Amino acid sequence: MKKPKELVVISGKGGTGKTSLVASFAVLAKNKVMADCDVDAADLHLILKTNIRHREIFKAGKRAIIRQKDCTGCGLCLTNCRFNAVKMIQEKKGEKIFSIDPISCEGCGVCVHFCPQEAIDFPENVCGEWFISDTRCGPMVHAKLGAAEENSGKLVSLVRTQAKKIADEHGQNLIIIDGSPGIGCPVIASITGADLVLVVTEPTLSGEHDFKRVISLTEHFNIPAALCINKFDLNTSITERIEKEAQEKNIILAGRIRYDKEVTYAQVEEKAAVEYNSSQAGEDIKALWEKLKTIL
Amino acid sequence: MIITIASGKGGTGKTTVATNLAVSISSSIDNTPVWVLDCDVEEPNCHLFLKPEIYTSEAVGVPVPKVDKEKCTACGKCGQFCEYSAIVALKTVPITFPELCHGCGGCSLICPEGAISETKRRVGMLEKGQSGDIGFVHGRLRVGEAMSPPLIRAVKKFVFKKGLTLIDAPPGTSCPVIEAIKGSDFVILVTEPTPFGLNDLTLAVDMVKQLNIPFGVLINRADIGDNRVSEYCQAEGIPILLQIPDNRKIAEAYSRGMMIVDVVPGLRETFMDLYFRIKKMCGQQHNEEA
Repeated sequence: MKKPKELVVISGKGGTGKTSLVASFAVLAKNKVMADCDVDAADLHLILKTNIRHREIFKAGKRAIIRQKDCTGCGLCLTNCRFNAVKMIQEKKGEKIFSIDPISCEGCGVCVHFCPQEAIDFPENVCGEWFISDTRCGPMVHAKLGAAEENSGKLVSLVRTQAKKIADEHGQNLIIIDGSPGIGCPVIASITGADLVLVVTEPTLSGEHDFKRVISLTEHFNIPAALCINKFDLNTSITERIEKEAQEKNIILAGRIRYDKEVTYAQVEEKAAVEYNSSQAGEDIKALWEKLKTIL
Repeated sequence: MIITIASGKGGTGKTTVATNLAVSISSSIDNTPVWVLDCDVEEPNCHLFLKPEIYTSEAVGVPVPKVDKEKCTACGKCGQFCEYSAIVALKTVPITFPELCHGCGGCSLICPEGAISETKRRVGMLEKGQSGDIGFVHGRLRVGEAMSPPLIRAVKKFVFKKGLTLIDAPPGTSCPVIEAIKGSDFVILVTEPTPFGLNDLTLAVDMVKQLNIPFGVLINRADIGDNRVSEYCQAEGIPILLQIPDNRKIAEAYSRGMMIVDVVPGLRETFMDLYFRIKKMCGQQHNEEA
């Protein structure tokens, strides 16, 4: 059997319409698995209406916790910690009480190892939860990173792996991945080894700036990329400039979507833009999807 | 005073709020030095609007291990210790994976032979400049680099004790965002009145509550969606600091890198008023810095 193809939608800049597009692709595409890899601000489930059939705790990394009863207050942990996670919380009558701020702790274990009293515990950390759901558009894997948690990259990799497993088991030939903004850890984890990255941007100076950075990233990892400009009519001269740059870098121009308030109205009614009657942007998205099918 | 502008959802207007707030305050309130620290190091955008003159630029690195093969006895303790698999020793001289290293320094501390020293891995650039009266610092993450918190920490070393520091945070709720927000006196959460805006706002609220920092909500493009964001804020007792209506003029000015206070009459005063109200909420006197 053929290996399922992975299409990842990213943007560099946030709020350019990734999730709205992915929701529409979910409606248009046949025989696919959806994966929401924007694990620290996941939104796709709001449109696709997930019915969770499997959920699992996501553990990653560790957290250091001082057992106060065994701590002698020597302060070696404070000296050794490079992340300013050790706090001296009290100093009465010369007595020092140390504690570790769980939000600043990077889980490196230096304080644990060098504590002369072995007074620091180092349990595994629960960072979030991941889900397999049924939706009206087929199966979807998604996750929720706990508030103020780390390890988003590992959670993204886990969501992708689970989506691939489902596709392999049930013979789906496509995985559509909703990525996160930026160019850092979770974005890298969502695009490495993918078959095609669709970059969605908008014709603003910020959109153009962030597009250049995200394209350097796809080049860096040698992943084929296509471009779509959302709200292209907001500033057609910047649209043309971005498209020209894209062509010079051999990036496929996959489509343009016009500015259309119906896209927001569709979202308010928890529908994909292509499901919302009379949405002109919906027609643009259909054309974009036809083009993407020929590239994949 | 440090005010951080954050949001769960991307593209809601963090940079617009940070830069326009900075310009409004620095041009109108005497004796309040204003600094803008762009901590969205993956996709920094403040410079596109403030157009600062950059006068210093330096590389920022994280310490990573360097093994002296002559001294190493292949005891393997460094590899057993490392939580990130950034140094691996299988009965041999260890192999290092600098891109996985968090720079905790544990391996060099643990090596009984003193065979591990540290060198720097470049994660990005730190640039410092000036835009009119506004001091400006931002970080630019090296493309391909996964770890942004060390660079954000480097930018935040420029938090100005006197006057006002405005921090533009990255979107989301995970470690880079926490790094940007930590230590702030107040957080402005920017959102938009849509289901995505609301969902990501609730996540951001959870995060700011964990950090125990006072915050309020700014609703941008306030008339594009529905009322659920306002209803949520009312139900939770979260102050709505400001609502900025959707306006094609704003969108077009933004697209060209212009300040929106220059195209919408009265907005400068609105931002100044916002600043004074935040100061009040933080329990500070207007003339504290004077």
